[in-house]
Amino acid sequence: MSGISKTIVKNAAKNATNSAARTSGWAESFLAILTWSAAILTIGILVFLVCFVIAKGLPHIKPSLFALTYNSVNVSLLPALISTVMMTALALAFAVPLGVFAAIYLVEYAKRSNKAVVLIRMTTETLSGIPSIIYGLFGLLFFVTFLGWGFSLLAGAFTLAIMILPLIMRSSEEALKSVPDNYREGAFGLGAGKLRTVFSIVLPSAMPGILAGIILAVGRIVGETAALIYTAGTVAQIPLNPMQSARTLSVHMYALSSEGLHTREAYATAVVLLLVVILINAAAARIARRIGGKNELF
Amino acid sequence: MNCFKIRDLNLYYGDFHALKDINMSIDQDKITAFIGPSGCGKSTLIKTLNRMNDLVEDCRITGDVDLFGEDIYGSIDINLLRKRVGMVFQKPNPFPMSVYDNIAFGPRTHGIRSKFQLDQIVEESLHSAAIWDELKDRLHKSALGLSGGQQQRLCIARALAVSPEVLLLDEPTSALDPISTGKIEELLLTLREKYSIIIVTHNMQQATRISDNTAFFLLGEVVEYGSTEGIFSMPRDKRTEDYITGRFG
Repeated sequence: MSGISKTIVKNAAKNATNSAARTSGWAESFLAILTWSAAILTIGILVFLVCFVIAKGLPHIKPSLFALTYNSVNVSLLPALISTVMMTALALAFAVPLGVFAAIYLVEYAKRSNKAVVLIRMTTETLSGIPSIIYGLFGLLFFVTFLGWGFSLLAGAFTLAIMILPLIMRSSEEALKSVPDNYREGAFGLGAGKLRTVFSIVLPSAMPGILAGIILAVGRIVGETAALIYTAGTVAQIPLNPMQSARTLSVHMYALSSEGLHTREAYATAVVLLLVVILINAAAARIARRIGGKNELF
Repeated sequence: MNCFKIRDLNLYYGDFHALKDINMSIDQDKITAFIGPSGCGKSTLIKTLNRMNDLVEDCRITGDVDLFGEDIYGSIDINLLRKRVGMVFQKPNPFPMSVYDNIAFGPRTHGIRSKFQLDQIVEESLHSAAIWDELKDRLHKSALGLSGGQQQRLCIARALAVSPEVLLLDEPTSALDPISTGKIEELLLTLREKYSIIIVTHNMQQATRISDNTAFFLLGEVVEYGSTEGIFSMPRDKRTEDYITGRFG
């Protein structure tokens, strides 16, 4: 009797596990296919895009594209490349200190209940959602016209600085918040003041996160066109001072393709732009590793 | 001789009355243990002694705390107070930098710049914390690569590097294994000769092993305070007896 009931129970258990395995197996393979196809599609799009740009642009990269001055015969991109570097450096020079110090204030100094903090956070969130063309229009009205700077590297850099400020602030804030509180306690416990604690313990620990934000910001600067056409203008020469107009690589590309005469050179520029972005990312990763190098184990 | 004298101390976190009418004197060059169940206020009290509670918003304190006769809630320089009253925390918290820089952080904070002097302080502190032999060959490696017990002794060495008068330890062994715990207890017994030590502990055996005096806390009050021997052999209060015999907490 007990033997029979045991086998029944066993069979029932077997059936139950079988059917469970069957349904979960079906769902599992469906999900697997779904995730795989999503991953492949994402990678596929990137690979296709890069290959397409390289295939179209690489054959048209010639030494004359790197002439020091631009004219309509050589369609040189070198001035735009140099302007891009200058524009990035200038915009970062304004936005990074401002953003990082604002974040330090919010995380380390402001009280949690402070109303100003709520207001500042809301403002940064709103600012980061504004389309770049609006920044461009503001830059045109304020820096270019009202302050009378004209189309210039400086007006462009200020406009971009305002544009990337929320990004840098938010990422710095998150990076500072993720520094464990017991580092701060440890420093205070040794008699270090607020300033020393923040600058010698908290800030170095937050550096990789802050750099990640800066890399994202560089990406936005390098890729920006709308805000720059209005503020930095489109002169395709190397600016000799910050009050001169200049075009970045992206603007250069836009100008070439919209004129319709130099599509091939536009693709060549795109290849260079891709390369610049890759180089910037690699350099930033390296800097992050060097700063983080002090933290390495053994 | 007393290092700390606490009079009518009351502490509030917002509306919560965390410490109630604390009156106690803490002996110099002795080990004083604070015991009691979680949430009884023993960690809160230890943090008022070097004013770490100042970092907590809505924390309000009334009463007096004197360190060698000087009111620490008066016009004292708070950074100097924390130099004189060192602290070791529950979870080992070495900074993400080398062993050497961890120890040198305190002295550098207080203005010592000469390499020669720093080298000396680092070596002395590590010796005092009985960890020099283990770490002398890896002074310039990250402190985060050490074991938990080594990290905690490093933190003790770091606290000693600013030559404090009192050492506060907030459950320093609760995150450690028995062997590391044993090493830290031995270390504290050797440090007793030079420093006044106050240790918060959940482990009553630890209190009996190392402390000279013990205070038992319950719900923000000091229930009983006296020599460790007395408290553990002949508790005067029923609640102390219930706690140390393991009837609650």
